[in-house]
Amino acid sequence: MQSTYIYFIPGAMKLQKNIAISESGFVFNPGSGESFILNRTGKNILELLRDNKMFEEIIELMMGEYEVDRIVLEKSILDFISVLKSYGLLEKEPASAN
Amino acid sequence: METRKSTFERPVINRVNAGLPDKFGMHSKLRSMPEIDSIPVESLIGLYGSPLFVLSEKTIRETMSDAKRAFTTRYPKVQFAWSYKTNYLDAVCRVFHQEGSWAEVVSGFEYEKAVANGVEGQFILFNGPGKTTEDIDRAITQGSMIHLDHFDELFLVMGCAERLGKRAKVALRINMDTGIYPRWDRFGFNYENGEAWQAVNKILPDSRLELVGLHTHIGTYILSTNAYAVATTKLAELTVRIQRKFNHTIKYIDLGGGFASRNTLKGAYLPGTDTCPSFDNYAEAITASLVNSEIQHDKMPMLILETGRALIDDAGCLLGTVLANKRLVDGRLSMILDIGVNMLFTSFWYEHAVVPSKETSDYTENTTIYGPLCMNIDVIRDAVQFPVLERGDHVVVNRVGAYNMTQWLQFITYRPNVVMIGMKGDVDVIRKAENYSSLSMHEHIPDHLIHFRL
Repeated sequence: MQSTYIYFIPGAMKLQKNIAISESGFVFNPGSGESFILNRTGKNILELLRDNKMFEEIIELMMGEYEVDRIVLEKSILDFISVLKSYGLLEKEPASAN
Repeated sequence: METRKSTFERPVINRVNAGLPDKFGMHSKLRSMPEIDSIPVESLIGLYGSPLFVLSEKTIRETMSDAKRAFTTRYPKVQFAWSYKTNYLDAVCRVFHQEGSWAEVVSGFEYEKAVANGVEGQFILFNGPGKTTEDIDRAITQGSMIHLDHFDELFLVMGCAERLGKRAKVALRINMDTGIYPRWDRFGFNYENGEAWQAVNKILPDSRLELVGLHTHIGTYILSTNAYAVATTKLAELTVRIQRKFNHTIKYIDLGGGFASRNTLKGAYLPGTDTCPSFDNYAEAITASLVNSEIQHDKMPMLILETGRALIDDAGCLLGTVLANKRLVDGRLSMILDIGVNMLFTSFWYEHAVVPSKETSDYTENTTIYGPLCMNIDVIRDAVQFPVLERGDHVVVNRVGAYNMTQWLQFITYRPNVVMIGMKGDVDVIRKAENYSSLSMHEHIPDHLIHFRL
């Protein structure tokens, strides 16, 4: 079922290159030298982003794996992506042409 | 065969900050609180709504009995007086009265409440700087102890007693230096500058007044038990001086309240659970000073305690619901609850322990907890590591029994239900939630303002 909730689809959702994600949810960004810890859901999403999955695909895959309401999932992922951005883990969007 | 899906938890990523671990070695995970006195939080909210104040009669009685044990095992004549302003819901007051507490009131309204609760005048201590002539007349007539705050009041009581033709029972409220800051000098007569002694010399020769007690209240949330030892010693010295000069025996010494609760004050270095002295600590300081004083052993006064906060804070919880999660510009998470500062007045000075009602994972985020009011000041907790909750999840705010159910404001929202869980696990609504009519009944609209067109 197509959600009517999505009012914003994040454009660039590409994970920075060389981001290392360990089995236990430990993340290392060699570009900045920073480390992060993920919970299980966070690790799941980060891995899907690393595999270049699009927003809708991530939603579908997660819906298949978790017992979760679609709206809650969409909100959570959008929020998570904004945090990834603030931590500098996503590739910067190319500057738009004039 | 259908495979079972995993439980979803909001995705979390936390930056690892290199450095020393928590120097206290404390576990950062918040313990959830799924039930109160064996009653599930979910069912309480389901039946009585959210937000909801919950009081535990069992905790009140256990705390009271701990306090009584600490004092009565050290001193023979101990009397507690329930501080009405701390929580004057009738059911709460009656639990304390059943436990043997007298009433300590600070206004005509509180006096009326105590009388309506069935407390006889002779068991009411009347404190406060704002007693009216009517208040004083009633207190004299009913034989209550009037704690004098200033000379104007002293002369007013003399006048009332003369007009009524009845001797007024009075106690002197005394402020003093006990070595702590802030020094409360706005209530009562000062000890060090001789004002208290001057008042004694005015009262004792006067046939209209009977000086029955000496009272002090050195401050609030006092963590230093030594301050109580100093206060007790000073009151004992005054008692001896009065005996010597006027051959008059003081019947009671009232050390007021001010015992800390286990809540953590804003800006405190250590949590209140670690710093709050026990009843035994306070009792030791006070009773040792009395026993070691120069007061004649056959004239030892009754020791009165007006402890409020320390007796009721732990017995109250405030249940609430998550309304929304919101990401702030700097990346911090903010969580909006249906609990605002209008009903949780103490959040202005405490870092309240807010915990989820259900088990959560170990993952937490730096969260600011806001209330639902459209006011910038509506902050319940600023920057706390909190587990991830969803809209509709419930939280429990601990230790809210003192002052919230009296200082709460009817501001923007209605005040919620208050329930008490009884000794046998029965739940009673002891104060009904407000609604539109309970508030509008006090208003009047002038005729010319009834109609309008938009």
